[in-house]
Amino acid sequence: MLVSIYRYNPETDDKPVMQDIEVEIPQDQDLMVLDVLELVKEIDPTVSYRRSCREGVCGSDGMNINGTNGLACITPLSEVVKPGKKLILRPLPGLPVVRDLVIDMSLFYQQFEKIKPYLIDSNPAPAIERLQSPEDRKKLDGLYECILCACCSTNCPSYWWNPDKFIGPAGLLQAYRFLADSRDTAATERLANLNDPFSVFRCRGIMNCTAVCPKGLNPTRAIGHIRSMLIQKGS
Amino acid sequence: MVSSVTNLGRRGLYDWLVQRFSAVILASYCFCLLGSFVVHPDMDYLQWKALFDSNTMRIYSLITLLSLCAHAWVGMWIISTDYLTPMLLGNRATFVRLFCQVGSAILIAIYLIWGVQILWGN
Repeated sequence: MLVSIYRYNPETDDKPVMQDIEVEIPQDQDLMVLDVLELVKEIDPTVSYRRSCREGVCGSDGMNINGTNGLACITPLSEVVKPGKKLILRPLPGLPVVRDLVIDMSLFYQQFEKIKPYLIDSNPAPAIERLQSPEDRKKLDGLYECILCACCSTNCPSYWWNPDKFIGPAGLLQAYRFLADSRDTAATERLANLNDPFSVFRCRGIMNCTAVCPKGLNPTRAIGHIRSMLIQKGS
Repeated sequence: MVSSVTNLGRRGLYDWLVQRFSAVILASYCFCLLGSFVVHPDMDYLQWKALFDSNTMRIYSLITLLSLCAHAWVGMWIISTDYLTPMLLGNRATFVRLFCQVGSAILIAIYLIWGVQILWGN
């Protein structure tokens, strides 16, 4: 199988190039894209990419696979490449490239930091733990599972245009995760910090984020909930 | 929070609501005009003029015109802040963006004044 990989070292290269590498794929096996990358690495050890858990939990091997963002470790070849076609691997779009498939995620983390991704509870700490009813806990399903792989944010045109101002779907999903948490007492401050023309309202609801989320989450719906909360507070 | 001084209402929610409400008003006006064409398929100039001589139609048209101006401003502001950024234009971005925003504002003001003149002029 022919694998076409984005190669770029900003320190030495003028511009990126696509390098074609022929890889021998074992017969009758549906490898994951990460397995193919490991085979590529055996042929050319200079190819750079991030990986860790290889089971869709750490979120480190997010990349653009044949035009769609996804996690290499849980994306089967059969899902992205038709027989006889090329596997094309590029870094996640919209963020600076450190080398090959490795991107600089500083901006992504800065946006995540802005939403204060931790519980704020002004009540005195209880003796044992802060309790939550099963119903309230259920409200966090579909929100807490985010692994911050950045597949969604880097698939969002609004994030490409304003990565320094628009929080992006990943950050906003987490913003709603804390707004929806019954133990959090800082909803008013959180909403006030989001009520500018960029942080939330750059989302145009095109659902690119939802289409590519490897965990099957729906950031667009969470953003809609934040908008509703802002309307309730502000009208 | 990202501070911005050139958008319509300073707050994101305000601009977002203005854009949606103005769109509803614009759509309703289009349907009313289309409806009047359907009801009077052979409408001539005198009937058209009589329609706009009534104060109700003038006020409705003015509200629509104001909605169009607000809708256009929010839209043009979003377009300019999406595409005319330092990422695309480098150091010139702020100048080009402000130039486009001022240009849009002047054009919108001209259309508004002109529209009022057409509605209440002879």
